[in-house]
Amino acid sequence: MGRTLAEKLWQDHVVRQADGEPDLLYIDLHLVHEVTSPQAFDGLRAAGRPVRRPDLTLATEDHNIPTIDVDKPIADPVSRAQVEALRKNCADFGVPLYSLGNIEQGIVHVVGPQLGLTQPGMTIVCGDSHTSTHGAFGALAFGIGTSEVEHVLATQTLPLKPFKTMAINVDGDLPDGVSAKDIILAVIAKIGTGGGQGYVLEYRGSAIRALSMEGRMTICNMSIEAGARAGMVAPDETTFEYVKGRDHAPTGDEWDAAVAYWRTLFTDSDAIFDAEVTLDAATLSPFVTWGTNPGQGLPLSASVPSPDDASDDVDRVAIERALEYMDLTPGTPLRDIAIDTVFIGSCTNGRIEDLRVAADILRERTIANGLRLLVVPGSARVRLQAESEGLDTIFLDAGAEWRGAGCSMCLGMNPDKLTPGERSASTSNRNFEGRQGPGGRTHLVSPAVAAATAITGHLSSPADLD
Amino acid sequence: MEAFTRHVGTAAPLRRSNVDTDQIIPAEYLKRITRDGFEDGLFSAWRKDPDFVLNQPQYQGVSVLIAGPDFGTGSSREHAVWALQNYGFRVVLSSRFADIFRGNSGKGGLLTGQVPQEVIEQLWDMVEADPGTEVTVDLEARTVAAGNLVAEFEVDDYVRWRLLEGLDDIGITLQYAEAITDFEGSRPAFKPVTQ
Repeated sequence: MGRTLAEKLWQDHVVRQADGEPDLLYIDLHLVHEVTSPQAFDGLRAAGRPVRRPDLTLATEDHNIPTIDVDKPIADPVSRAQVEALRKNCADFGVPLYSLGNIEQGIVHVVGPQLGLTQPGMTIVCGDSHTSTHGAFGALAFGIGTSEVEHVLATQTLPLKPFKTMAINVDGDLPDGVSAKDIILAVIAKIGTGGGQGYVLEYRGSAIRALSMEGRMTICNMSIEAGARAGMVAPDETTFEYVKGRDHAPTGDEWDAAVAYWRTLFTDSDAIFDAEVTLDAATLSPFVTWGTNPGQGLPLSASVPSPDDASDDVDRVAIERALEYMDLTPGTPLRDIAIDTVFIGSCTNGRIEDLRVAADILRERTIANGLRLLVVPGSARVRLQAESEGLDTIFLDAGAEWRGAGCSMCLGMNPDKLTPGERSASTSNRNFEGRQGPGGRTHLVSPAVAAATAITGHLSSPADLD
Repeated sequence: MEAFTRHVGTAAPLRRSNVDTDQIIPAEYLKRITRDGFEDGLFSAWRKDPDFVLNQPQYQGVSVLIAGPDFGTGSSREHAVWALQNYGFRVVLSSRFADIFRGNSGKGGLLTGQVPQEVIEQLWDMVEADPGTEVTVDLEARTVAAGNLVAEFEVDDYVRWRLLEGLDDIGITLQYAEAITDFEGSRPAFKPVTQ
């Protein structure tokens, strides 16, 4: 019987297999950041263990750093101590680090692909659940906890039980103005935040094939929001074209050998998935969340749901709680929801194509009175690229703030936060209670919806602007 | 890691689903570089509400958390496990756990027992009727018992063995250092390095 892409990648990385034990899997690339690594390095120190493969490890600063005044010392002493701990740990253990101010600094999931370190057929881990992003290249990539970070630092392996496999088939043509973000929000609304638990998701079908690498990254990024540790797309010419010529991409004969291997990385036609889900891309429209988990989403044309729509008691309580926290009334058209702050950025939607989409909509327009628009590139290189295209001028002329690279308002652990009761439309990945700051209310949206919303002041799509 | 065989303690009912790791411990607390002292961050937004279950006098000193489905969704922060442990929890029961949270729990010695939602509902009713109800969690037998209720819980065989023995994963893996070196010898030359 044939094998799925995930099974091929798994088998190519098994170091050791024994009955009744997890497989020991080799890790090709370990990405590290300041928040989930200090206790792991301390563990190594306590046990007198070195980092086994610093040459397969890369660190960057992203989660708790500011995105303004980046040339000054970090004002928050607790954040500064954590960043300094990362710098000391990397120096002590020989791990390469891209610090604030370095041209290669940025969000860890933007930096890896940008450098060409993320390639098809690899196993990639990071102490961050959005490591699933790298699956867009046909890599097996997933988030790990700090104990596992220490384990990978010490051994370059992880003991793991095989995942189940789920195909997410998205066929058909996406309507204009509908993006990768809308696809994944629709997938999560369909299967729920627990639907992918225990699975690797493989995104397939013509609508996925038609996406750019950046669009595929947006989709794989949010696999974790459907409960799946990893999501992936089989590599194709779009993938090879993206990787080719990047700093760490293979060259010459090695490039040819790599591509020859990468071309074997697809799900065999007779392979069987443990589960399959199908979506028709042609029926999709701009999607937004109304509640406090990423599964609580609806098309922008819909209205706020009622607890009476619940399928069971647990769901009813969840809807009631979400409506109370979000301060929403059932039946309100989603388009009528007024927004205070728009955030464009994050490992989900902080890449150059996302900024281009937003800039196209904001060109020669201004944002709504009293609204705050934060545009935060995913990496220093994305920022430079945007500036070379004049996008920064478009954002600034529209009334936006143009920031340095980092996780910023995605997660409320740096100075960029919502205030209690403030409501955002955000291109990030989580609308949990307080995620963007205590008491803040988050609506997850695509870059196009974010930009249109910034102009009107209430949830809108670009089609609403004319 | 401290071995886990059997635990007896009182329990708190958390009647909420989709308790994500941002609720268990908000990102603001993740700036610390220690493994201890996260108890103040546990459910910190909810604990501002005097009616929240952990603020009620009858649920002081609890060590078992009885939670709704999809507990631990969201980020990979192991701080969520540390915060629960630092607060005094040894066991979390739910009908469904997020994968990464569950993995992290197993590494840190926090037992996550998966039971059907109807068992959760019975336990909720029981500990709400009598907060002094002792809940016994037996990892050897894979059972949770309270009052007249005895139910089996699911836990991964390997995680169970490691918890029972109190074993450190890294120590186990380093026994296979030779196999790792052999594997490294067979990796294709085109795989990238970071420096």
